Amino acid sequence: MKSKHLENCGTWFLQRFPMSKLWNEHMAQYYAPKNFNFWYFFGSLALLVLVNQFVTGILLTMNYKPDAGLAFDSVEYIMREVPWGWLVRYMHSTGASAFFIVVYLHMFRGLIYGSYKQPRELIWIFGMLIFLALMAEAFMGYLLPWGQMSYWGAQVIISLFSAIPVIGDDLSLWVRGDYVISDATLNRFFAFHVIAIPLILIMLVFLHIIALHEVGSNNPDGVEIKESKDPWGHPVDGIPFHPYYTVKDIVGVAVFLFFFATVLFYMPEMGGYFLEHANFIPADPLATPEHIAPVWYFTPFYAILRAIPDKFAGVIAMGGAIVVLFLLPWLDRSPVKSIRYRGGIYKKALFLFVISFVGLGYLGMQAPTAGATMMARVFTAMYFGFFLLMPIYTRWEKTKPVPKQVTEQPTLEDRIPGFLKSVNKMTKDVPVQEHGHTVMHKRPNPSGIANVGVSIAKKIKGSLD
Amino acid sequence: MKKLLQCCLLLFIPLGVFASEGIELESADIDLTDKASLENGAHLYVQYCLGCHSTKYIRYLNLADDFEVDQQEILDKVAPEGAGIYDKMLTAMNGHDAKKWFGTQPPDLSLIARSRGADWLYSYLKGFYADPKKPLGVNNAIFPDVGMPNPLWKLQGTQRAIFETIDGQEVLTELELDDNGSMSADEFDKSVNDIVNFLVYAGEPAQLERVSMGKYVLFFIFIFGVIAYLLKKEYWKDIH
Repeated sequence: MKSKHLENCGTWFLQRFPMSKLWNEHMAQYYAPKNFNFWYFFGSLALLVLVNQFVTGILLTMNYKPDAGLAFDSVEYIMREVPWGWLVRYMHSTGASAFFIVVYLHMFRGLIYGSYKQPRELIWIFGMLIFLALMAEAFMGYLLPWGQMSYWGAQVIISLFSAIPVIGDDLSLWVRGDYVISDATLNRFFAFHVIAIPLILIMLVFLHIIALHEVGSNNPDGVEIKESKDPWGHPVDGIPFHPYYTVKDIVGVAVFLFFFATVLFYMPEMGGYFLEHANFIPADPLATPEHIAPVWYFTPFYAILRAIPDKFAGVIAMGGAIVVLFLLPWLDRSPVKSIRYRGGIYKKALFLFVISFVGLGYLGMQAPTAGATMMARVFTAMYFGFFLLMPIYTRWEKTKPVPKQVTEQPTLEDRIPGFLKSVNKMTKDVPVQEHGHTVMHKRPNPSGIANVGVSIAKKIKGSLD
Repeated sequence: MKKLLQCCLLLFIPLGVFASEGIELESADIDLTDKASLENGAHLYVQYCLGCHSTKYIRYLNLADDFEVDQQEILDKVAPEGAGIYDKMLTAMNGHDAKKWFGTQPPDLSLIARSRGADWLYSYLKGFYADPKKPLGVNNAIFPDVGMPNPLWKLQGTQRAIFETIDGQEVLTELELDDNGSMSADEFDKSVNDIVNFLVYAGEPAQLERVSMGKYVLFFIFIFGVIAYLLKKEYWKDIH
């Protein structure tokens, strides 16, 4: 009797809402290439972290007070008095850093497999807008704990607006709502952080996924799977997203959560990188900290800003570092998508780009000494060189023939025996006397480590050609 | 390629050169499972620090709960006379007087271990030395020109700084005990360590719970991961 009612309710609903159509279009009959590798976990992980930030963020607002006089105390109240408040807060703070880790890896995947290239330019544009919204979200959220770094970080970044000629000072005054960062700034940042930007984010994520499902996913071979179909009209190299990639992504989720929980429970400050030490001192408008550094995920761009001697030019360069990313689909003139079939120049260029990005990230955390500024300038040139020279070197280099269908590559599981073998090579068994018995202990083997190091270096060198 | 590498290394050299500093931080032995140390640290803190520095996010009740002792014991041994179990660890010194005496209100120390770190605190509390040039007659090896007298001088005694000239600059290299205090050096180290241990606890009381909970969460995620992996293998066995 009861189940009959439920069934009727279900039918009533399905007659009025295209549930099964949506499900089929986006899950059960959405065909994804079967050769996704490690790099393809980060899209779904970004979605997971987004949900985490929403849920924990909503819980935090229930006890947080956006008031310059109360904000710092309310965060400590959450950390100490609210049941499980510390867990929720650490999930949110660790989640912020995890979001950027996952998104940077997701974007890097796009770089190596050419996922931004025709016909996926719009997906890349939406993705870049998500990245921009995410940076705004993180920047404004960082003010809310109202610690010293929150305060002075915001002070430094907002004062950048004043570098704009003519309207700069008025503009930064308008953004802050005061002559310095104050209660007015905190309140408006709170409004943006908890509602305005999250709304934009969720909309952009929706657009990103809809655009993706229209053209279909790229893959590590950069082959369009829709071009070879079986008699039933399904791509030969495609498999339905559900259940294949849903179950696969759950494995990725478990591995991600393992790292996430390790940070959360054992090192939530991550040595001062995820939660900066100076942010445990309440904001004091009269005491400037010796060394103001943004959180790690902004440091590459911050280093570019500092590398340019002129303030306004620095702001332009920092903005430009983001703008060139938007232009990527049109800067890349290579006929192939995947790095597997590109020539050596792109690989080397990408290698240098990664070095410059990580290097800038490191330098952005350090105090600006003469040597550091010099290095930052070199890295800035490398960063922009990668993008601005791209129309030349991608057209110029010789590419390899792209196969018609996706290829089979060793999976992570296939690599485990090889990995264990090299670990074995790097250690040797040494007899140790223990409680009267001779026990074999594994000890590092310097010559073995050197050999493995050399062969890895050779492999990397070989793969750069 | 080799030349490029060499150039890179050369460029990195200026980053690696640091000015030789005199005194290095000593490492504190932090053990939050040692409840006796925490309780002794809280006791010493109330005796020697609370006169000027509050720990406003902690109530005496928190100490009883987190150190697993009776509330009465905290009231008898730790809390200052007249304090109730629900009281916050506030200082008796008012801000107006503090400004007059020290130029500024001594900061609340609830989160000092999180902003400074345990090793810094440990070295700082052991780093006071006599310096007649300073208004309070003392200076600190870790925090030069500090605006605070040595609160533990009775226990530690008085230290003298030894300077050496390195690269034409006077550098403080060592502290030597001039007058003995009421404690031996080892006893004093232990007491300072207990205070720092208490401050590390005060910075984040939740860490007691957090660290002990972590292994169960990780174990659960691990099992979840194994099941998820087997499920994935089962679904994917026909995909080639």
